[in-house]
Amino acid sequence: MTSPPAPQTLRAPLVVEFPFTRSLGPVQSAFLTGLRERTVLGVRTTAGTVLVPPVEYDPVTAEGIRDLVEVAPTGTVTTWAWNPAPRRGQPLDRPFAWVLVRLDGADTSLLHALDAPGGPGAVRTGMRVRIRWAPDRAGAITDIACFEPYDGEESRQPRPHTGRFTDPVTGIVAPARLDYTYTPGRAQSAHLDALADRRIVGERCPSCHKVYVPPRGACPTCGVATTERVEVGPRGTVTTFCIVNIKAKNLDIEVPYVYAHIALDGADLALHGRIGGIPYDQVRMGLRVEPVWTGEGRHPDHYRPTGEPDADYDTYKELL
Amino acid sequence: MTPPAGDIAIVAFAQSDHRRRTDDVSEVEMLMPVLHEVLERTGLKAGDVGFTCSGSSDYLAGRAFSFTMALDGVGAWPPISESHVEMDGAWALYEAWVKLLTGEADTALVYAYGKSSAGEVRDVLTRQLDPYYLAPLWPDSVSLAALQAQALIDAGETDGPALAAIAARSRSSAAENNPHAQLTGVRPHGDHLVHPLRTGDCPPVGDGAAAVVLAAGRRARELCDRPAWIRGIDHRIEAHGLGVRDLTDSPSTRLAAQRAGAFERPADTAELHAPFTSQEVVLRKALRLDDTVRVNPSGGALAANPVMAAGLIRLGEAAAAIHRGTSDRALAHATSGPCLQQNLVAVLEGEPRAA
Ligand SMILES: [Zn+2]
Repeated sequence: MTSPPAPQTLRAPLVVEFPFTRSLGPVQSAFLTGLRERTVLGVRTTAGTVLVPPVEYDPVTAEGIRDLVEVAPTGTVTTWAWNPAPRRGQPLDRPFAWVLVRLDGADTSLLHALDAPGGPGAVRTGMRVRIRWAPDRAGAITDIACFEPYDGEESRQPRPHTGRFTDPVTGIVAPARLDYTYTPGRAQSAHLDALADRRIVGERCPSCHKVYVPPRGACPTCGVATTERVEVGPRGTVTTFCIVNIKAKNLDIEVPYVYAHIALDGADLALHGRIGGIPYDQVRMGLRVEPVWTGEGRHPDHYRPTGEPDADYDTYKELL
Repeated sequence: MTPPAGDIAIVAFAQSDHRRRTDDVSEVEMLMPVLHEVLERTGLKAGDVGFTCSGSSDYLAGRAFSFTMALDGVGAWPPISESHVEMDGAWALYEAWVKLLTGEADTALVYAYGKSSAGEVRDVLTRQLDPYYLAPLWPDSVSLAALQAQALIDAGETDGPALAAIAARSRSSAAENNPHAQLTGVRPHGDHLVHPLRTGDCPPVGDGAAAVVLAAGRRARELCDRPAWIRGIDHRIEAHGLGVRDLTDSPSTRLAAQRAGAFERPADTAELHAPFTSQEVVLRKALRLDDTVRVNPSGGALAANPVMAAGLIRLGEAAAAIHRGTSDRALAHATSGPCLQQNLVAVLEGEPRAA
């Protein structure tokens, strides 16, 4: 005996990318500009401790601090971890050690990568290292390409520094990209599967009997699972609409066009779609419409008038 | 009238089975059975609850305002009194506790969920780091924990075999006591994922959800035979610069524990949110736990670590031990951020049982 095959779980790649743009305070600006100029700055707290990388507020007292000092590009590893499989975005694309490095003249440690061709056996807490500068520097923590082993003694004391540079860096752009696999779950999968057959399927709440489309698996009023599948439409009524006058990027639709809320027959919730086949200034509340499917798209391309008389306001006023 | 602190209790706890992937359900579909179970235990309906608070993260889902979808599962119809923290649900519980202290509600539903399977959780968690000095380097969560582990080894506070023993104890406890756990039983300690941490030192990646009900005063006694009274709860944070901190210690945990009253009398049970074996070493020291205390009888985060819910689960497991009568005084700890950056400690007590 064999059991029927489980319905295939829908999945799709989902990429989230954003250029995180941030302004800098005076201390961060001096530090990152300094890196561009191969100069490492720290900040001295009122207790006399030198923080590298520097912050604008004392982590103990929360006082604003901006007494800048220059420290050495050499330092000592305070702890480490061997990373055998670098991940996207990390400083080196071959196995390396993450290190916290206390630069000579500083009292705190900076996180970065250590290029250690000798492998994990060549790394230890207390080892001496120095900065390897990136060839192209823009005023960012990545201006330090990584650290590398160095056999010199600890020597330098911090020196006062004005923190002034020509053309200071005042902001950073931190690009981020995260990759996901989107899986829509039971209710939305059923809805999407039906769309592939050009049918629109919602789900009914067992408690209040409302039909939700697209279904999300739960009735937001009753907090229970919606389970009973109900085919709705294909015809429906425009409950409200707006006229779009701005052309969206990468969208091949002439403006102005109408975007509307459409209550499909049998549904207790309006979904949204574009209205076509009628001049934009003739679309109205109560207009009866039907979906137009084109090409391979899973969703109706747009909705067009059916030619029926307009629906009476009382038939859709609860769905506005 | 404002109830006195200590007159608020966790009266019910439920959690999902924790799984590597849950592709067959959406977040709300994963969460709903847990919500229904926790309400059923008290006889409450969603509409009876005075305050609802949740914890989750948009970065796990990869979508903005993702918690609003999950809200469908509680019937969030106005005029619901509701709030959300973009953090572990333990902090949502803290907010609910404060709400009950104000006297504006006498019951609260707290839930949390996370589907780590949607993305790469090691990468996702880099986005919670300082955006100037850390995030551009993409240091993943395992690597940061490994730096902390090496610092502990260098300080002579632990070593590989001791860490392996923590892993083995946790997963054996889960096999005995926790039918919901994802990773249970004796297994090889594995290769280095990021030296000095081996795969066995790291938590499983998985999906899951949890919920608790809080109630104040007489309501708590009505809803639960043996309420887990919250005698104290506090949370504290470390400096965000990792190189500013002593990674072998957790002063924020110690301070939160002190403010919560943890050191006034010994506890018999502690549920610690230590996703990495090395972090249990730090927490035991900060909380002054000796071998007389049962630590993580549930298996802890090493057995199931649904991100954003694992801390709330520690509070729920500690409370459930009191409900069952296997504990009279339990500590619960939750953490958030890299290397135990933020820490919450609660002291839970049951009343003396009739002989
Ligand atoms: Zn309903």
